Amino acid sequence: MGQQKNLDGYVGFASLPNQVYRKSVKRGFEFTLMVVGESGLGKSTLINSLFLTDLYSAEYPGPSHRIKKTVQVEQSKVLIKEGGVQLLLTIVDTPGFGDAVDNSNCWQPIIDHIDSKFEDYLNSESRVNRRQMPDSRIHCCLYFIAPSGHGLKPLDIEFMKRLHEKVNVIPLIAKADTLTPEECQQFKKQIMREIQEHKIKIYEFPETDDEEENRLVKKIKDKLPLAVVGSNTIIEVNGKRVRGRQYPWGVAEVENSDHCDFTILRDMLIRTHMQDLKDVTNNVHYENYRSRKLAAVTYNGVDNNKAKGQLSTKSPLAQMEEERREHVTKMKKMEMEMEQVFEMKVKEKVQKLKDSEAELQRRHEQMKKNLEAQHKELEEKRRVFEDERSNWELQQRLEQQKMEASRTLEKNKKKGKIF
Amino acid sequence: MASTEIARQAGEGVRAVPLAGHVGFDSMPDQLVNKSVNRGFCFNILCVGETGLGKSTLMDTLFNTKFEGEPTQHNQPGVTLKSNTYELQESNVRLKLTVVNTVGFGDQINKEDSYKSIVEFIDAQFEAYLQEELKIKRTLHSYHDTRIHACLYFIAPTGHSLKSLDLVTMKKLDSKVNIIPIVAKSDAISKSELAKFKIKITSELVSNGVQIYQFPTDDESVAEINSTMNSHLPFAVVGSTEEVKIGNKMVKARQYPWGTVQVENENHCDFVKLREMLIRVNMEDLREQTHTRHYELYRRCKLEEMGFKDTDPDSKPFSLQETYEAKRNEFMGELQKKEEEMRQMFVQRVKEKEAELKEAEKELHEKFDRLKKLHQDEKKKLEEKKKSLDDEVNTFKQKKTAAELLQNQAQQAGGSTTLKRDKERKN
Repeated sequence: MGQQKNLDGYVGFASLPNQVYRKSVKRGFEFTLMVVGESGLGKSTLINSLFLTDLYSAEYPGPSHRIKKTVQVEQSKVLIKEGGVQLLLTIVDTPGFGDAVDNSNCWQPIIDHIDSKFEDYLNSESRVNRRQMPDSRIHCCLYFIAPSGHGLKPLDIEFMKRLHEKVNVIPLIAKADTLTPEECQQFKKQIMREIQEHKIKIYEFPETDDEEENRLVKKIKDKLPLAVVGSNTIIEVNGKRVRGRQYPWGVAEVENSDHCDFTILRDMLIRTHMQDLKDVTNNVHYENYRSRKLAAVTYNGVDNNKAKGQLSTKSPLAQMEEERREHVTKMKKMEMEMEQVFEMKVKEKVQKLKDSEAELQRRHEQMKKNLEAQHKELEEKRRVFEDERSNWELQQRLEQQKMEASRTLEKNKKKGKIF
Repeated sequence: MASTEIARQAGEGVRAVPLAGHVGFDSMPDQLVNKSVNRGFCFNILCVGETGLGKSTLMDTLFNTKFEGEPTQHNQPGVTLKSNTYELQESNVRLKLTVVNTVGFGDQINKEDSYKSIVEFIDAQFEAYLQEELKIKRTLHSYHDTRIHACLYFIAPTGHSLKSLDLVTMKKLDSKVNIIPIVAKSDAISKSELAKFKIKITSELVSNGVQIYQFPTDDESVAEINSTMNSHLPFAVVGSTEEVKIGNKMVKARQYPWGTVQVENENHCDFVKLREMLIRVNMEDLREQTHTRHYELYRRCKLEEMGFKDTDPDSKPFSLQETYEAKRNEFMGELQKKEEEMRQMFVQRVKEKEAELKEAEKELHEKFDRLKKLHQDEKKKLEEKKKSLDDEVNTFKQKKTAAELLQNQAQQAGGSTTLKRDKERKN
């Protein structure tokens, strides 16, 4: 995106990594690790071995000593310091997991716990007034597989399938000192086969540009799942004091890479990939949770036609803004339509009224004409009649006169006046 | 060992346990650093100052390279912001540097709105980040951050005091960005004048309540140097990309007849201090302050503007979903209400129009009823006339018949008389 520029001399921003280093040490680090597995698989011992401390002790018993009737999810926090670096370590364990006769849904409290941590983070991230947010999300889940030597149990498969998209799952073969190297090899192959078959996504090491690193990563990948042994006791072997398990036939050393993969696990989990586990949790698992949660909110009440199963990349606020705009357009259209309908109906009615008026007018004209005609007729009739009458009356008068005249004549004749 | 922020956050109930050996988590800072080196770094500088104060030259000098740009003319109609992004690399550290320049600042006759485009630009970058942060599907870890991490404010070397434009602008910017004021082209001022100038500027800033960036003193490793540097603010700088031979070295300098001003000579100017503070010691802190203070302030104001608020500041967890849903329901309710109102309005209009038309219809009918009545009256009159005529005719007819009867009788009688007469005559 930007232009490449060459520097003609030392500027000094190469100190940025140091600045970041300094600030991170000042802030301190935090990590939350979850351990899941049936009781008695050596989970607490392994944690103590990993962190070289009595996290679990008589005073703070491990999960196998705290079994309740139902699966619990409990956490213990410790603050550990080393080389100027402080780490707030939270271990989440699940006493009771897989120990009941009927273990259906024993993973549910765990899923709920993980989700509730995501929920807490989401809520604090969404506040109006935000402060530096503590990160109590689960960064990694160590899943302990019993060293049966055969394959995964149905519970193992079910658990991993349900959790692989919520948390970084690292499966471990527990109490690996009960397997010979050959048995262990076979067991591992079988487990990886089954993991692939069930499409379980266990934590994957990131690709780097570094050749050296990639080679190391490949070596680790070939040994998955890691077979581990833990111990709380220090034993002297060949003059050295090592952590190990004493058997009549010898000592299984925890940190001997010929005996088990403990050092690989420790190096990977703590010394090289701790930050990556946190980043994947933040950038992938948490984001998945968040987008699903927010999509549910946005699609409440929205047309199902729009939902179509695609997650919107718009923020809910932008979504609301868009909905507002859409609604304004819809309202305008509706208004226009209503206006049109209204105008049309008015026109119709006005027309009807006009027609009705015209009709009435016509009828009125008709009647008037009619009446006028009748008038005329009457007038004519009267005129004729009056003519007739006056004629007749005239005639009568004439007759009368004639008669009067003839009578007079007769009279006169009689009187001898006329010959 | 001093307590870290995280330890403080964890509170009292956390037990500290001793380690029986080397666990290895002391590599965490390195792991973190490696990741950020792989990702690359990003830094954005905004240069605010009048045309001709040597902003571009100073950038070139600071970063030992020639950046874009032609010197601008003084005839700009308003203030525009030009931004350029560069990829720089030093050993294994990649830096994506964005330099934003204010073009035309201070050139107008009426400078009242000069600061506006700057504030808008800064806000726009915050807004872009906020939008990304609020998206449902977001990619914050690979987002190219364009928010301004440092604002170098160039003060003209008048030697007297701050211009009112400077005070107004800095006051508008101090809650939005880290301001580092510098006296530009400071080779124009003598040392004694400079000391007085710096004091005057600092006191004017304080009396006007302008908050400039303070180099942080909470980290012991840099507290001392930072607090010393804080007392040298504002830095009086000179920039130059020209090189002059001093002794047997080529140094960046400005050559005058009366001497040579060496950029990197701390007796001549504060360039080295600026570079040290801005780049070598506090670059990361500038970035962090922008994110945790200025951005958060912008975000808080923006969300409050939109009506969001935390249900309870500390105890009850705030649920974004609930707020979104509540907002959404409120919003949908509003829209529905508007829709309803419009519908009602139409219903009302229809009613009114119907009433109007009914009224007109009624009037029409009344009119015609009246006409009809008139017509009826007329008809009646006509009938009466007809009747009277008929009566007259009948009367006449009767009269006529009677008269004719009489006449006939008379005629007969007369006829016989006449006959008699005739007879008599004949006789």
